[in-house]
Amino acid sequence: MEQLPNTEAPNTEAPIAVAGLCKSFGAQTVLDGITFQLVAGDVTCVLGRSGTGKSVLLKMLIGLEPAGAGSIRLEGYDISSASLQELNEARKKVGFLFQQAALYDSMTIADNVAFPLRRHTRLSGSERSHRVHQLLGSVGMNGDPDKMPSEISGGMRKRVGLARALALEPTVVMFDEPTAGLDPITAAEIAKLIVELRDRRHITCIVVTHDLHTARTIADRIIVLDGGRILFDGTCAGFAESHDPLIVQFVEDAA
Amino acid sequence: MIEWVGDLGLFTWQVTKAVFTRPFEGAEFLRQLDSIGAKSLPLMALAGAATGVVLSLQTRSSLTRFGAGSLLPAVIVFSLIKETGPIITGLVASGRVGAGIGAELGSMRVTEQIDAMEASAVDPCRFLAATRILACIVALPLLTIAADFFGILMGWVACTLADPVSLGRFLAAGFHGVTFNDILPPTLKTAIFGLIIGVVSCFQGMRTRGGTEGVGRSATSSVVLSSLFIIVADVLLVQLIIEFF
Repeated sequence: MEQLPNTEAPNTEAPIAVAGLCKSFGAQTVLDGITFQLVAGDVTCVLGRSGTGKSVLLKMLIGLEPAGAGSIRLEGYDISSASLQELNEARKKVGFLFQQAALYDSMTIADNVAFPLRRHTRLSGSERSHRVHQLLGSVGMNGDPDKMPSEISGGMRKRVGLARALALEPTVVMFDEPTAGLDPITAAEIAKLIVELRDRRHITCIVVTHDLHTARTIADRIIVLDGGRILFDGTCAGFAESHDPLIVQFVEDAA
Repeated sequence: MIEWVGDLGLFTWQVTKAVFTRPFEGAEFLRQLDSIGAKSLPLMALAGAATGVVLSLQTRSSLTRFGAGSLLPAVIVFSLIKETGPIITGLVASGRVGAGIGAELGSMRVTEQIDAMEASAVDPCRFLAATRILACIVALPLLTIAADFFGILMGWVACTLADPVSLGRFLAAGFHGVTFNDILPPTLKTAIFGLIIGVVSCFQGMRTRGGTEGVGRSATSSVVLSSLFIIVADVLLVQLIIEFF
C-alpha cells in the first residue's frame, strides 16, 4: 500500500490536519483513530462503503459534528477546542458543497450566492450583484438568477451550491457526494469544475464520493475508509494496483 | 424530559445573546414580521369576529333573562379585551405560526440548510431563531388589537341585528368605565405568548431529526407545546395582572 505522510502530531501548515479522530453514535463506532493531512492544492477523494463515516468526517472537519476524540486543525485553527468565533473564522476560509446542495428554499439563486457576501464582506449592492454574476458565470449558471431553487434541476442546484461555496474565496472546498444523483454528463461537468478549482485557483479540495470514475478523474490522492479506519491512503495509481480485497472489489464493481 | 428542558434553556440563552449582540438581522426580522404578523391578520380578524358574534349571541339571552340586557356591549368589550381576544389570538397564532415555524425550520434542518448556514459562518440562532422570536413578540400584541377590534365590531353587528343600536351608542356603553389598565396589560401579555410560540417552535424545528416524518413531528409538537404553555402562562399572567393592576 502506498502511504502518503501521516504523522500523529497534526501539521500546522497543512490546510487540514487530522490526528487520532474518533466518532461514535451510541454503541456504533464510525471513526476509530483516523489520522491524515491534506496537501495544499491537491484534490483528495475519500471513498468507502455506505455508513463508513465519510460524510460525518467531512462535517467534523468544519465543526458541524463534534469529534469524540482526536484533533482537527483547519487552516491553522484547532477545531476541537476553538471558540465559536474562531470556528467561524476558520469556516470563512472553507467552502462546503452539500450532497443536495442545501440551497435556501426561501431565497432566489442570486440571494443564495449573495448570502455569505452580505454577511462577511463590505461590498456595496452593485459590487455584490457583479460578484454574484461572476460566481454564477464561473460555474456555468448564466441563466435567470431570480429563479427559486425549486425551479432548477439537481445539477443546476449543485452548480449554484458551488458558486455559494466559492463566494468568500475559500482556500479549501469540501464536497459531499458532488455527483450523486446526477446523469453522467452533468457529473462529468461537476468533476471538471473541481479540477478547474485545483488547476486555476489552487484550491485544496476534499471530495467524499461513491463515484470511483469521478474519483479517478479528479483525485491526486485517494483515501479509503473501512471499519472506522483508513484502509488505503495513496495515489490513484496505487489504488488501481492495490491487492486489498475490498479495493479490488471496489474497482471491479465500478468497471 | 430533563435533557429537553436543559437543551431548551441552552437554546434560549443562545438566542438571548444573539438578540442583544451585533450583527442585528434587521431585514430578516422585517421579513418575518410580515410573514408572522401581516399574513396572520386575516385569520386573526376572522377569529376575533367569530368570537364577537358568538359572545353576543350566547350572552344576550342570559343577560336578558336577568334583566341586564343593557350590559351586553360592556360584556362583549370587557370579555374581548381582557381575556377572550388575547387567548384566542395566542392559540390561533400557535396553530398558524407555530406549525409554520416548526415545519420550516424542521425542513431546513433535514435538508441541511441549517448546516449550510453554519458552514457559511452564520449563526442560525441569530439569523433564523432570534428574528422569528422577536417577530412573534412584536406581532402578537398587534394581532390581539386586530382581533379585539373585529370582535367588538362583529359583536355590535350581531347585537344590532337582534336589537338595533347605533355603533356610537354600542361603543359608548361598551367602553364606559374601561381604563388603560383594562386594555394594556391583557394586550401586552400576548407578547409573552409570542415569546412562547417563537422559542418553542424554533427550538422544536431546529432539533428536528428523521426526514419528512421528523418535520411532521416538529410541526405538531410546536403547536401542542406552544398551546399548552400559553394556557399555563395565561393562568399565571392573569393572576399577576389582577395583583398589580
